[in-house]
Amino acid sequence: MSVLLRRLRVIPVLPVYVAVYFLFLYLPILLLPIFSFNNAATTTFPLAGFTTKWYASLAGNSVMLNAAWNSLIVGISVSLLSTVLGICAARAITRYRFRGQRTAAGLIMAPLFLPEIIVAVSLLMIVLAMGVELSLVTVILGQTVFCVPYAMSVLVSGFEGFDRSLEEASYDLGETAIGTFRRVTLPVVAPAIVSSLLVTFTISLDEFILAFFLSGTEPTLPVYIWGQLRFAAKLPGVLALGTIMLVASILMLTLAEILRRRAERRTQLAHALP
Amino acid sequence: MTDRAMIQIENVSKFYGIYKALDDVSLSIAEGEFFSLLGPSGCGKTTLLRSIAGFENPTAGEIYIDGVPSLALPPNRRPTNMVFQSYAIFPHLDVAENVAYGLKRLRLSPEEERKRVGDALDMVRLSGLGQRKAHELSGGQRQRVALARALVMRPKVLLLDEPLSALDKKLREEMQVELRTLQKAVGITFILVTHDQYEALALSDRIAVMFGGRIAQIASPKEIYQRPRTRKVADFLGGMNFLKARVLGEQGNAVSIDAARFGAVNLEKPQGFAASNGHVTVGIRPERLRLLWDEDRAPHELAGRIENRAYFGEVTHLTVGVDGLEHPLSMVETNNFGADDLPIGAEIRLAYDPDAFVLLAEDPPVTRV
Repeated sequence: MSVLLRRLRVIPVLPVYVAVYFLFLYLPILLLPIFSFNNAATTTFPLAGFTTKWYASLAGNSVMLNAAWNSLIVGISVSLLSTVLGICAARAITRYRFRGQRTAAGLIMAPLFLPEIIVAVSLLMIVLAMGVELSLVTVILGQTVFCVPYAMSVLVSGFEGFDRSLEEASYDLGETAIGTFRRVTLPVVAPAIVSSLLVTFTISLDEFILAFFLSGTEPTLPVYIWGQLRFAAKLPGVLALGTIMLVASILMLTLAEILRRRAERRTQLAHALP
Repeated sequence: MTDRAMIQIENVSKFYGIYKALDDVSLSIAEGEFFSLLGPSGCGKTTLLRSIAGFENPTAGEIYIDGVPSLALPPNRRPTNMVFQSYAIFPHLDVAENVAYGLKRLRLSPEEERKRVGDALDMVRLSGLGQRKAHELSGGQRQRVALARALVMRPKVLLLDEPLSALDKKLREEMQVELRTLQKAVGITFILVTHDQYEALALSDRIAVMFGGRIAQIASPKEIYQRPRTRKVADFLGGMNFLKARVLGEQGNAVSIDAARFGAVNLEKPQGFAASNGHVTVGIRPERLRLLWDEDRAPHELAGRIENRAYFGEVTHLTVGVDGLEHPLSMVETNNFGADDLPIGAEIRLAYDPDAFVLLAEDPPVTRV
């Protein structure tokens, strides 16, 4: 027994576990860009040589471009809408104390934990019952419900430390209410707002279930990709598209996190004591 | 400091529902005066300061700033500037931009603005730190930025809301000296809110002690410490030995009392004095009692025994039991004669000066809910 234990101690168990864990997590994603540059229509090793033709083919694919355009419209609308709603909610949560505050905050965050497909089905039922035609508008409304919690949590961490005396100091120094909002409130919380826009845009960009249920004849990119998977020949093109989306998402989320941290530092600094 | 009133507060009350944060407060602060509002938390001192600044709207009364009735004016139209407890340094601006914040609205020429910012930074000894970001500043530096940002506006009154409470002891003491020097240099009326009696004593020309939304006493630091009007004021400003005494007789402004073992003492009547059933409360500060060593003699002596001893570095606090006194006496001795080595139980003699006793009026009943 003791011999076994000693042997186990020689093998670096935890580092090995961590390595395996990360391989499992990220290897499949790494395969995506690798095969997107592979000069073959099948995703098998050994690789057949380097090419960028799959990327070139995307440029001429009008159906794909149309889906990308749809995604862009939906993404921008959803990020604006959910961030505006998130600002209202975050400001209420961080600034005021009122009855049912915790319940309200909980209910706003709840969609994060609800099964998305259930929400999608119920939204679809309501939309159809109301006789509203499925379109990008219905996708935007559906995704906004899902993005507000993300927007709110990013914004709350940015607003949390916003010291009310900053606004008072501004009035005290002769500034008007509008001037105070422009010169103090907005600049201090701006990084959090931009961060919220980026996060919600990214979430909207790769959201599939709601888009699939509610988009009607106007597919977004994820819906388009799902449709293409039935055709083996289209796979490399999908891989190329996926790679672009992956890189864009990583860039936006990194930027969002940097901004969120900056916002947090700013607001906390304002009332941090030495 | 002139005799002209810079701030006149007339019958100001502030109710939150039935809670009285300020209860009929009236006072007058002179131009160039360093005035402190002192009291425990919740006594209304901050509410009063914020009413002068314009952040609170009193329910009744009027506040005149330099003769102008000001309650109808918003904070940005009052000739007052404030140093906030949290300093409220704008985190997205550097030091110079913070200081220039209020000047931007005055539309000065760039040279004039730069000069005023530079002068303000010189004044608080932050020259050369204009480009620093707020997060690169220490607590003391942030405090100076807040001061410079307010003073650069050349206000008629500078309001300071517990400005030193966030600093550690040593820095706080340094800043107290600086604040006093600065006030003398600029000659502006300063109104300081603090719960630290030493700070108020060290800085102010006059102090208003507040309890329960009311002013208990307004006086110079020396008078308020040596001649507190009520037991609560006496207690808040420092240690005090309280004794019940019997009134022997009254004559004009003087009262003769029998202060138990201290014998007969003649005292000046405070404002609002009234004996209840021929009894009054008198007080004597611990440092006004003095240990007598060996052959020392004093005109007024009392024998007692050490019941407790606490060592504070430069001083020792002694608790001395005296037969015939209801409570033991507290006294403070400097440590250069060996008070810190006195054993508990030691028999000692102490000297007192009958003139050091103060007659204390009853505190007004607390009416808040």
